[in-house]
Amino acid sequence: MNPNSRIVIAGIFTVVLLIYLIRLFYVQVLNEQYKLSANNNVIRYVTDYPARGLIYDRKGELMVFNEAVYDLMVIPRQVKELDTTEFCRLADISKEEFIRRMQKAKKFSRFKSSIFEKQIPPEQYALLQEKLYKFNGFYVLPRTLRKYPTKSAAHALGYIGEVDEKLIAKDPYYQMGDYIGISGIEQSYEKELRGKRGVRIVMVDVHNREKGSFEDGKYDSVSVAGEDIMLTLDAKLQAYAETLMQNKAGGIAAIEPQTGEILAILSSPTYDPNIMVGKARNKNYALLSTDPYKSLFNRAMMAYYPPGSTFKLASALSAVNEHIVGPGTSYPHSFVVGSKSVKCHPHPPIALEGSIQYSCNPYFCNVFRSFVDNKKYGTSENGYRVWREYIMSFGVGKKIGVDMPHELPGLLPAPEFYDKIYGKGRWKASTIYSLGIGQGELGITPLQMANITAVIANRGYYYTPHIVKAISGKPNTTRNLSEKHSSKVAPESFTVVIDGMQKVVEAGTARVARFGNTVICGKTGTAQNPHGKDHSLFVGFAPRENPKIAVAVMVENSGFGATWAAPIASLMMELYLTDTITRPDLEKRIMEGDLLKDYPLPGTKIKIAPPAKRDSVWQETEQPVVLTENKKQN
Amino acid sequence: MRKQTSIFQNIDWLTVSLYLVLMFIGWISIYAAVYNEEHSSILDISQNYGKQLLWIGGSLMIAIVVLIIDARFYDAFAYLIYGLMILFLIAALFLSRDVKGAHAWIEIGAFKLQPAEFAKFATALALAKYLSLLEIKIEKIQTKIISSLIVTLPAAIILLQNDTGSALVFGSFIFVLYREGLSQNVLIIGFFAALLFVIALMVDKIILLQIIAALAAVSVLLMRKTRKNIVTIMLLAVASAAVVMSVSYVYEKALQPHQKQRIDVLLGKQTDLKGAGYNVNQSLIAIGSGGISGKGFLQGTQTKFDFVPEQSTDFIFCTIGEEWGFIGSFILILLYLGLLYRILFIAERQKSAFTRVYAYGVASIIFFHVMVNIGMAIGLLPVIGIPLPFISYGGSSLWSFTILLFILIRLDSYRTFVLR
Ligand SMILES: [Zn+2]
Repeated sequence: MNPNSRIVIAGIFTVVLLIYLIRLFYVQVLNEQYKLSANNNVIRYVTDYPARGLIYDRKGELMVFNEAVYDLMVIPRQVKELDTTEFCRLADISKEEFIRRMQKAKKFSRFKSSIFEKQIPPEQYALLQEKLYKFNGFYVLPRTLRKYPTKSAAHALGYIGEVDEKLIAKDPYYQMGDYIGISGIEQSYEKELRGKRGVRIVMVDVHNREKGSFEDGKYDSVSVAGEDIMLTLDAKLQAYAETLMQNKAGGIAAIEPQTGEILAILSSPTYDPNIMVGKARNKNYALLSTDPYKSLFNRAMMAYYPPGSTFKLASALSAVNEHIVGPGTSYPHSFVVGSKSVKCHPHPPIALEGSIQYSCNPYFCNVFRSFVDNKKYGTSENGYRVWREYIMSFGVGKKIGVDMPHELPGLLPAPEFYDKIYGKGRWKASTIYSLGIGQGELGITPLQMANITAVIANRGYYYTPHIVKAISGKPNTTRNLSEKHSSKVAPESFTVVIDGMQKVVEAGTARVARFGNTVICGKTGTAQNPHGKDHSLFVGFAPRENPKIAVAVMVENSGFGATWAAPIASLMMELYLTDTITRPDLEKRIMEGDLLKDYPLPGTKIKIAPPAKRDSVWQETEQPVVLTENKKQN
Repeated sequence: MRKQTSIFQNIDWLTVSLYLVLMFIGWISIYAAVYNEEHSSILDISQNYGKQLLWIGGSLMIAIVVLIIDARFYDAFAYLIYGLMILFLIAALFLSRDVKGAHAWIEIGAFKLQPAEFAKFATALALAKYLSLLEIKIEKIQTKIISSLIVTLPAAIILLQNDTGSALVFGSFIFVLYREGLSQNVLIIGFFAALLFVIALMVDKIILLQIIAALAAVSVLLMRKTRKNIVTIMLLAVASAAVVMSVSYVYEKALQPHQKQRIDVLLGKQTDLKGAGYNVNQSLIAIGSGGISGKGFLQGTQTKFDFVPEQSTDFIFCTIGEEWGFIGSFILILLYLGLLYRILFIAERQKSAFTRVYAYGVASIIFFHVMVNIGMAIGLLPVIGIPLPFISYGGSSLWSFTILLFILIRLDSYRTFVLR
């Protein structure tokens, strides 16, 4: 045994505790900042909320900013006797309300601060601030509200709300009182927009006045403002499209084909995003969510519509690329399955280009059969599989990966779906021919329709459609936006189909879409709607060479594609390409058109996943498919 | 050999008094820490202070039981108690529910016990038993290995329970080994290993390894006279490198994110007020705001509820610092120092090696707890959640410290009967 060890051990004990005493002497006695107790000061932890990032359109027009408001906070333990009458007058509440709120705050905690009155506007704050020194335990916390000067793009922008306990449990970053994006890009770019919260520790004297920061702000953390975002949207085009769609239900997406940038995306009916802000949000949300037109439902990305005749483009491209049809291919002007037959309307004899121009149903049923039942695939199942892969390469039947939340994949059944219904090997093209003309078990969102159009405009590829162009002035790299997605259709296969689309506008069903000298390529469509009037559709891009815009317009319950959808798309193209409108009469007719008054209420059925039952679809297609758009409407 | 007549005969009343005073300070501090006007009765058992009173009552009964039991029992059954505790620890590993990421509790009915707390006195007993065997010589390598095994086995299981703080406590037995003849180099090496550990957390490991290599090279150049020096230097360098590597491994791989964060904050790598640094900052502010004489009983404003978390358990010292000021902190530290000195004094008056070793174990454990708990409250050590002996809220810790201390008091009261 080491005789000194007992002294060494006792020495170590003594030295350590002596160091602690010195440290305590420094912290408790020497350190000036801790003289709080002498003045009976209290320390207050003030959350420093960061300003949420601003949002601009592609040209720099401000679309979302923050407006200052103030939360009145209370720490019940620090509240001393006060003139309640005066206080209630300043806070604009009744005495009963004051008592109720104080009790609620006490119940939450006597020592923690809780919100006494939310979102006090700046004018009222100015009055309150002057008298606040009289009310110990009360202080104001600067907060912000989102404001939307353009009053448009509600679905795309989304909205924010306060976090709840469930969210806090899920993500430890958040704490009570924080805002979080709940939908739209407010949600998908939450991390970029929210910034970083800070905390200030301030000393407050007996007169409820802040006496500066504690320990010179040594323990403070500064909030960092959120990043500003520049959208790909064109605010003017967006607002214009929304005006055209007023009193109509449907969805629109417009894409710049060369980049995948979304120029406009909307769901109608829409709402003024300013109503989803602040104290009124809950009430307005409740109103909107019971609205029979489903204004909250983002049709542009979530509604499954049968694409109707617009789908003939993708169908034709696939067949051309597989050398199943060529520019000179023609078919007998009928398509008969058992007792049913697909009828058409009178038009001159046609080949492929004309079939698009005249939107010939029997022709495309035949094309579909030639493809699916083609001997080179062995079985119809294999044929359908190849056909489906073509369609999927246009971004259909899967999520495209847009940088907004709640995108749905659409509906494009796998062969196994039909195996289940008919049995393996017991179905062929004639069983499912309606797919060839965009009916049947197809569900495509307006965004996907616009993307197909962008693929055609680009002659074979697309970039993932996206809505955020730049973050903090730097190109958006949070998503993979530079990857070129090639369709399975080779560039040379597009010519004949694009020729047909040009004819549709020049001499076909969409002549209403012409303006100026711009060469527009498009295709109308009418999607059958068992619940009311048909849905009106138009897809198109312009100009033909070096296209700048690809649009898909879907107007529910409006009847003919040429009457509503094509003019809307055309006016949008004209505004975007030329910045003027040369057809005020057309514009007036569209803007004033009220289709909602005939909207089948209540309980309007919009096809949303899960897929429609086979029975109902069959009933639809059992009736002869008559393309009403071909009746001399234009 | 005389016969012992009363259990209170030869009892060291000074130690018992210090014990009672500390427990009383604990109780009123817990009352102050969680005090609110709605539950102002200090006897309200729905509140922590009411419960603590029950724990204190239990402690007194346990103390009496410990005193009644024949002193020879602790010697005779030291290994058995140790073995049972090890089984208990392993059981806790599998039976417990997850409390804040730590598998450290066993529930028996309404009681929640923390076996890690009770493993401390069991280990002290086993180590005392082993080192007091006549044939044992600390110089023998075999003795060193077995002693370290006795200490590291429970520590390792507790580490598996994710209770890093309690596991570290077992490191304090190094004082016991040192007192029993282990070279003082062990203490020095231990100190430098701890220092290296902290440096390894702060400095990039590649740079640190280069520095070690450079130092070793220089030392070899300077002291190349004897071959033994060179070998020693090389061994030290390799050992240091091993510490650095293992630290970086533990830090990157083995530590839970919250533990990592706590270390980062202490080292100033990260200053997230709402995160791990929050505890330290709040407790410093609370303690500092106490000034010289404190704000007075129940007058603390910073140590209520939200400002300092885990107020009645790991951060109870804040309440004392805020309400009683520097004077209060000073007295408390003196009380601990007094208790430690008294235990060391008791240790040195023993004829029985068993009691002496055990006493050093008791002093080491209490010292380590006090050092770490107050050290973290005043921002000198990382936030490691271990209780302040006799003061922090909690039955397991209070009872285990009571058993730890009263076994010593019992053994001490028996000292005059021991001939060995
Ligand atoms: Zn036809």
